[in-house]
Amino acid sequence: MRLFGKYLLILFKSQMQYSTSFWLLSFGQFFIPFSVFAGLYFLFERFGQIQGWDFYEVALCFGVIHMAFAISECLGRGFDTFSGLVANGDFDRLLVRPRSTVLQVLGSKFEFTRIGRLLQSSMVLVWAVSRIDVDWTFAKAMTLLFMIVSGTCIFAGIFILMATMCFWTIQGLEISSIFTDGGREMAQYPLNIYQKWVTRFFTYVIPFGFVNYLPLLFILGRTEGNPLLYVLSPLAGCAFIVPCLLLWRFGVRRYRSTGS
Amino acid sequence: MITVSGISKSFKVAQRTSGVKSAVKALFRREYTEVAALNDISFSIAPGEIIGYIGPNGAGKSTTIKVMSGILVPDRGSCSIMGYTPWLDRVAYVKNIGVVFGQRSQLWWDVPVIDSFELLRDIYDVPQPEYESNLKLLTETLDLENIIRTPVRQLSLGQRMRCEIAASLLHSPSILFLDEPTIGLDAVSKIAVRQFITRINKEKGVTVILTTHDMNDIEALANRILLIGKGSLLFDGDLNSLRDKYADDSRTGVSSIEEIVVRMYEEYQIS
Repeated sequence: MRLFGKYLLILFKSQMQYSTSFWLLSFGQFFIPFSVFAGLYFLFERFGQIQGWDFYEVALCFGVIHMAFAISECLGRGFDTFSGLVANGDFDRLLVRPRSTVLQVLGSKFEFTRIGRLLQSSMVLVWAVSRIDVDWTFAKAMTLLFMIVSGTCIFAGIFILMATMCFWTIQGLEISSIFTDGGREMAQYPLNIYQKWVTRFFTYVIPFGFVNYLPLLFILGRTEGNPLLYVLSPLAGCAFIVPCLLLWRFGVRRYRSTGS
Repeated sequence: MITVSGISKSFKVAQRTSGVKSAVKALFRREYTEVAALNDISFSIAPGEIIGYIGPNGAGKSTTIKVMSGILVPDRGSCSIMGYTPWLDRVAYVKNIGVVFGQRSQLWWDVPVIDSFELLRDIYDVPQPEYESNLKLLTETLDLENIIRTPVRQLSLGQRMRCEIAASLLHSPSILFLDEPTIGLDAVSKIAVRQFITRINKEKGVTVILTTHDMNDIEALANRILLIGKGSLLFDGDLNSLRDKYADDSRTGVSSIEEIVVRMYEEYQIS
């Protein structure tokens, strides 16, 4: 963990060599989700609600997912751009260092410019939390925190999964955007507004449903049955990263035996 | 200290033929051929040796280095280095080795060299006193004093290579793998690098395994030569026995080592 901090420090110093580019990119990263959010706002302005969800409820969901996405993109950028690391052979360098490959890939890149996106999503989140019609309790606040952590794990898991594919294909796959960007766009709304199969896919295959839908019901006090299950549901999102890491190890082993 | 026995390794290479038609076909079905990169390689190395590992391009030099440094797992054969099997105990093993890939940098591009060194200290968990004394020694012998605070991207190739070598010795490894350390360097830098390699070998007893195409490197450094061609080990011995075997008797004077190597390549038909 301390070593990860050191990695961040050196990457931060590198980033600061290009400070103009840093500010411009951060600025851009602030406004991309901002325009999406503006779209959301005008949508509700016109229609009032979607399937019984009002604006602030959806905004809460939006804030959580975008924040999770921003954090995971900051941290997991090394996995996102992993194809480059394999293609130019720098992955060999990581293998001759006495540290786990996961830590080293995480430390190979950190996207500081996502601070813009992070800022934007926290503003939305704060706004939604302050306006939403909820009696905040400790349990509910914790659930909200779990939602963000769990969402981060899911996005990170997808990044790792897609990086693992590079061991077979060498080239980066645009397909990953379907699950990361696509997953983000889907999951910024409560999942039950979609078709059944979409909901199922994003609950049981990529468990966004456990992040943005079930715990949201608890926060809004719309639960049936044992509320504890709703509170703990974000754990399923955290668990998602486990098979991803296992697959990663399998990929590394394959890389080392084929050398491709 | 190093025992390599019967290492074989083959790669699957996708067959490519020219033409649009076959390119389209390759999209759906690829034909692979097995290329033997290493074929039953065996040798052993004693502590403190400097080994020159030579052979034409594509002979399998880098693959051997990758197997010995734990990056690749061979198909067959065994390898024991300081009691470790490199590809099994990767993390424990690599603490004891330093690797320089001449064509690739291990330094962080945009920050001063010293920052890279400090991060490497943390990655390898080098105790502070040991780090400081190593850094002092390396700065003096490699003459890094004036360049250590410069960002890597502003260094010349020669300066960078000196830093690369220093970077791979900060954790006082017992074995140093150098994959083409003098590639693209000017005369001054080449000689500086060579002198340094001799020095750490003498003073710290570091075992050095060096691949190169520059026969002057071999002449100046190696007390033993391994020649590899088409994946097989063809010659293992010192420079003099190589000379005796291949020196041109018809002319007066001894052939240059370059000529000797060319003759060897011809004899084994590997060039």
